[in-house]
Amino acid sequence: MIEIENVRKSFGSLEVLKGINLTVQKGEVLTVIGGSGSGKSTLLTCINGLEPIDSGRILVDGVEVHAKTTDLNKLRRKIGIVFQQWNAFPHLTVLENVMLAQVKVLKRSKAEAEAEAVRQLNHVGLGDKLKVYPGRLSGGQQQRMAIARALAMSPDYMLFDEVTSALDPQLVGEVLDTLRMLASEGMTMICVTHEMKFAREVSDRVAFFHKGVMAEIAPPEDLFGAPKDPELQKFLAATH
Amino acid sequence: MFDTALTANDLMFLAKGAGMTLIVTAISVVFGTILGIIFGVIRYQVGPWWAAPLTFVLDIFRSIPLLIQLVLANAFVTMVLGIRISGFAVACGVLSLYTAAYCAEIVRGGIEAVPQTLRRAARSLGMTWGQDMRNIVLPLATRVALPSWIGLALGVMKDSALVYIVQVVELLKSTQILITRLQEPLFLLLICGLFYFLISFPVARFGGYLEKRWSND
Repeated sequence: MIEIENVRKSFGSLEVLKGINLTVQKGEVLTVIGGSGSGKSTLLTCINGLEPIDSGRILVDGVEVHAKTTDLNKLRRKIGIVFQQWNAFPHLTVLENVMLAQVKVLKRSKAEAEAEAVRQLNHVGLGDKLKVYPGRLSGGQQQRMAIARALAMSPDYMLFDEVTSALDPQLVGEVLDTLRMLASEGMTMICVTHEMKFAREVSDRVAFFHKGVMAEIAPPEDLFGAPKDPELQKFLAATH
Repeated sequence: MFDTALTANDLMFLAKGAGMTLIVTAISVVFGTILGIIFGVIRYQVGPWWAAPLTFVLDIFRSIPLLIQLVLANAFVTMVLGIRISGFAVACGVLSLYTAAYCAEIVRGGIEAVPQTLRRAARSLGMTWGQDMRNIVLPLATRVALPSWIGLALGVMKDSALVYIVQVVELLKSTQILITRLQEPLFLLLICGLFYFLISFPVARFGGYLEKRWSND
């Protein structure tokens, strides 16, 4: 369970998170929508401790992320994150990309790590690209590799930060399909996205962020069907 | 007809000089690179303000002609500190620091060329700072820095000709000694140049080979 309690965060004089309260249950798929600069991506990087917070607290399975005593490297094994930029390690093959952290962080043997990497890469449809360097893959394939890389760490939670935003339109579908597959398998996911149709289909709940505030959160039928917040109504009208 | 007084013994003498050039260069490049990596990582890690004193010292080594550094260092060690030390040691010491000063900049540039987003991805996977440095930053920075580093190593080899000033008989000094005796400056300089080329060429080719191999990634 991820518990976010009254989290505030500023970059300089700009407050990007103005007291966020949110709980994500195990097995839940939460999507976060909202305009750029609404703080939704920042929230994800706060959850895995890449960004410090100013006040409030975030608990992952009861462990406070930003407590000084927390071993972030250990905590991050539970939380996979995939970014807008797919961040393939260019000097490693697809297989090595997915094996590296397993070997270094989880201390799996090469054979174990390879077996798991092959399994995950097959899962995301890249089983035939094992020995290829990422530079030869399309953006969509690189992004699916990044997803496999995160999944190979056997995380309990997956965070997706606008994973389709940097892709050519024709490549968006294959990545969303991968996310749909994960959701159907019961993975706990928080997806920041601009893909409204996707959010409507896969989410248990959808949260709308506006200027650092979570303005509305509801199951997709309600949030898209009968939006209450005026800013959300404007946002949905503009995106449809 | 072409005629020369150069004997096989003289050629051996030149080869020995070339050997000295190679030894001084190798020692300086190895220690200079190790120091350069340390200085470069420090400069990158602590940020420009805290690194200012280090940067200043490195700038001194980069801005004062090597010849002057060698003379001053030699005088400082032998006269001020009163340590009896060989010219060879002074030469290696000064040339190592000189190399380190340039190498630190190359290393810093290499590290900066690794996208922050990649490092975030590595840390997100639970890798520690050290694991990120070793497995992601080092290999990628090396690819970026290699051409400059090869250039530096070749430059140091040629600059090592200046260590004659602290009584080290390397290739160029050997050549000069022979020129004084044989009075065949152009021919001897040609041979000397050939020796330099023979030492440099494999290094340059090896660098080219690595670059080509890595560009296939």
